[in-house]
Order: sequence, then structure tokens, then C-alpha cells
Amino acid sequence: MVRGRSITSDAARRVLLLLAVCAAAGFHDTPASAHLQEIAAAVSAEDAAAAGATTAGLFTPGKLPLAVAIIVTSGCIIAWMLQARAGAAMYLRRIPALDAVTNAVGRSTEMGRPVLFIAGIQDMDNIQTVAGITVLSHVAKTTAEYDATIEVPTSRSLVMEAAREAVRGSYQAAGRFDAYNADAIRYITDEQFGFVASVSGQMVREKPAACFYMGCFFAESLILAETGNSIGAIQIAGTAESSQLPFFVAACDYTLIGEEFMAASAYLSGAPDQIGSLKGQDAAKVIVATLILLGVVLATIAALNVPQSEAVSRVLESVKGALGS
Amino acid sequence: MMRIVAMAIASIAGLVMLLSPFFPDLESVGAQSSEIFNVIAAIAFILGAGSLVKVNLSRIGRRDAGWGYALVTLLCFAITLIVGLGKIGVPPNPQFAATPWAGEKDAAGSAFAWIYEFVLTPITSTMFALLAFYVASAAFRAFRAKNREAMLLLGTAFIVLLGRTFAGVWLTGGLPEWASGLRLENLSMFIMQVFNTAGNRAIIIGIALGVTATSLRILLGIDRSWMGAGGGSA
Repeated sequence: MVRGRSITSDAARRVLLLLAVCAAAGFHDTPASAHLQEIAAAVSAEDAAAAGATTAGLFTPGKLPLAVAIIVTSGCIIAWMLQARAGAAMYLRRIPALDAVTNAVGRSTEMGRPVLFIAGIQDMDNIQTVAGITVLSHVAKTTAEYDATIEVPTSRSLVMEAAREAVRGSYQAAGRFDAYNADAIRYITDEQFGFVASVSGQMVREKPAACFYMGCFFAESLILAETGNSIGAIQIAGTAESSQLPFFVAACDYTLIGEEFMAASAYLSGAPDQIGSLKGQDAAKVIVATLILLGVVLATIAALNVPQSEAVSRVLESVKGALGS
Repeated sequence: MMRIVAMAIASIAGLVMLLSPFFPDLESVGAQSSEIFNVIAAIAFILGAGSLVKVNLSRIGRRDAGWGYALVTLLCFAITLIVGLGKIGVPPNPQFAATPWAGEKDAAGSAFAWIYEFVLTPITSTMFALLAFYVASAAFRAFRAKNREAMLLLGTAFIVLLGRTFAGVWLTGGLPEWASGLRLENLSMFIMQVFNTAGNRAIIIGIALGVTATSLRILLGIDRSWMGAGGGSA
């Protein structure tokens, strides 16, 4: 019974060890003694395994290239954030999809129809859902300012709670807390196509003037976007699922492609340090592009029949080995 | 105060998850964080179910457009809940024959399994099948040759679609060996392996960097808009 169970609590382990020692000392030939000795063996085995893990090293071997990549990328982003905070001028290209948010909400207000926002169909442990919620807070602030209504159907309970928190905060920030309606942010179902059926029905009945799809989507992306298209809504989509991007591009008015979607919150906030993080991201992109070009040149030299080819080939193989491990 | 606590929890949990793949000592903490998330998600489901019932009841009460669907939703929800919790029709577990309700709720032959197999699966398959028509209507709009870019897209799609069917092989199969690169199936493969893969990788690299920047902004508490636009920036 005990062998199959992991004994993680330190206090519980000490008590069990104490009991086991007691058993060894006093209850030599009883069933309880046998049971406690089993416990002692299990605890000792776990201790031995833990000791082995500790001596194996503080750092997981083979993860060094990944760690270096994260440190360099994060370093670039933090450095540019600090520069922006210090007041350095940062140029950011316009993103038409995000500039259209205000127009879409304004159109909804004029037409007296709601704004529909869908933060994908994944849970809060997906970064795309978190990015979707950050965009939602900006859209909700605009709807509060324009006195438009916002509908947020969700496919996860936790996303519903996070969305409610975000929308409530935005309405408070806009000074329109009286207009906040918690029931407009509701849970439908975890089931992918059940969710789509419900939202599509709602779209056909209520005819929202603006639809936002920001998050992680799969096969439902086109069903939602085509339904939105059929009711004549302005549609703005954003996702990092590269397989769904063509569907959104075909059916929506504006699409945030991958990194644009991730940059949306920073762009909409306009805060200098957040804009700085986007510049840092661009700097990291330059480093990646340089490394790719270097790799192409080295691979080309290795493929040519020149005296240096063999040495270059060896270098490339060792780099591949390091990255592949 | 609540915002600071929420931000601190998000930052600490995020940092632990970030570091856990690199440090063996943190691996178990990272796994435990995931388990805690699952527990919280399970508790939040009660709130979700509450929201479902409340919203649909009020829709029925107000006789909103489509209130009949709300009624069907509530009925289905109640039936599935009762069938699942009551383990109706669940065959007894041979290991614990004396214990009632020891069988799995979705064991073969149970009412829950029947609902899943003969109600839910056909309905979801029907919704999925609708996708074919949506693809056709979206493709019709996307491939209209309105400008130079659209014409390029149309031409590329034409080659790829034909190259992946027997028609493509039949049309250009007669080309001599030295011109085999112009056969539609080979052109299609070239487009997919070179242009499509290159574009896709560029997008994926951008996404990876975007994820890093977004995560850092949230972990460092610079982007707090996930708590509402009032959270704003640090």
C-alpha cells in the first residue's frame, strides 16, 4: 500500500520514520511491525532517490542552449524596457487591426448592437488565452467609454472568471462601473463544437456589429469567422496558431498574425516600457536572423568542395549536437 | 491589495514554471503548480455551471430570442448531470462486486456512455462537417482575383490543389524527364517545402519571441491588463 504512494510531506516522513524505528525497537514480530518496516523501506528508497537527484547536479544537463537563448532574449527585452523607461524615443509601426478596435466599437454603439469577444477555447494555462484577456481589457475599456455592450462567451470556467475580473477592472477604470454586467461574460461548455454551435446561434440571433477573436483557436475558427462574415460584422482576429491564420485572413477584416497578437496589449496600452519590450523583441529577432544567415553560410561552405569544408562541417555537427541534446 | 496578491501569485508561479525545466530540484514544484492549476480549474467549474444555469434561466424568464434553446440547454445539462452523478445503468465493477456505484460512470453500457456515443458524438460530428461548406465559401472570397497579390494567391492555390490530386498527375505526367520539375505534383511539393515552410518558420520564430516578451511583461508585473485595463502598466 505504501510502496505505490509518494511520501512528499517532510513532517509526515519524519513521523513515519520515527514509527518505523519504534517498530524495529519494540514490536519485533507483530503485523504492525512488518507494515512499519515496509514504510521505513519506502522512505529510505525515496531518500536515496532524492540524494541521487541532488548529486546529479543543480542544473539539468542538455538544457544549456535553451537557457542561453532565454537569457539572451530576455536580456534584450529587459534592456530595451529600461531604455524606454529612461525616456529613449521608440518608433512603433502602426498595426491597422489594432487601430480598427475603436472604429469597430464605435460602429457597434452607432448601430445599437453588442460587441462580441471570444478569448479562444483554451484555459488560462495557455499564453494565448492570457494575451486574449489582456486585449479584452482594452476592448472593454473602449466599450465602457463608448457606452456599447460587450458579450464574452467562454469555453472554460476559469477563463470566465478571469474575463469578468478584466472587464470589471476596465469598467471601473473608465468610471462606468454601473454599466458592468457580469452575466454578459458567461460560461457555455468545454466541448469545442458545442461552444461553436452556441456562439454561432447567438451571432445569428443578436447580430453583433463587431466580433473579436483573440486567443487559441482550432477547427472552430472558420465556422465563427464565416458566421460573423455572414451577418456583416466588423471582424478582428488574433491568434498564434499558424494553422488557423489562413482561415482568419480569408474571413476577417483584420488579422493579428502571431507576434502582432502577442504585441497587441503593449501596443494598445501605449506605455513606454511595454513599447520598449516590443523593441527588445525586435532586437532578439535581429540576433535570430543573423544566426540563421550565419548557419546558411556555414552550411553552404560545408557543402562546397573546398579545403575548409571538413572543419566547417565538424563545427556545424557539434552545434547541431548541442542544440539537439 | 488583492491585485498585488494576485500579481505576486502569478509572478511566483510563472517563474517557478519557467525555471523548473532547468533545475532538477524545481521539477517537482513545477509539476505541483500544474496540479494546483487543475484543482483551481475544477473548483471554477462550479462557478461556470452556476453561470450557465443563471444565464439560461433568466433568458427563459425574459422570453428572449431563442429562449427555447436555453430550455433545451438546461434540460440536457440536468439530464447529463443526473445520469453522470447517479451512475445510471453503470455495470458493477467486478473488483468490488459488493460495493454499489463502484463502476466507472462512462463504462460501456452505462447511460452516460450512451449519451456520449449516440447524442454528443453525432452532434459534434455534424458541426465539424459544416466546416467543409465554410471552407468553400471562404475560399471563394479569398481566391477572387481582385489585385496582383490575390492573383498570385489564386495561381499558387491552383498549382497546390491540382498537384495534390490525380488530375495534376494526369495533366502534366507527359512532360519529359528533364522538365520533371514542372510537373504539378513536383511544383506543389516545392511550394509547400520551400515557400510555405520558410513563411511558417518565420511566423513561428516571431510567435516564440512574442510569447517570451508577453510572459516577461506579465511576470515582471509590467503588463497588468489581465486584471483589467485599470491595472494598466507599471
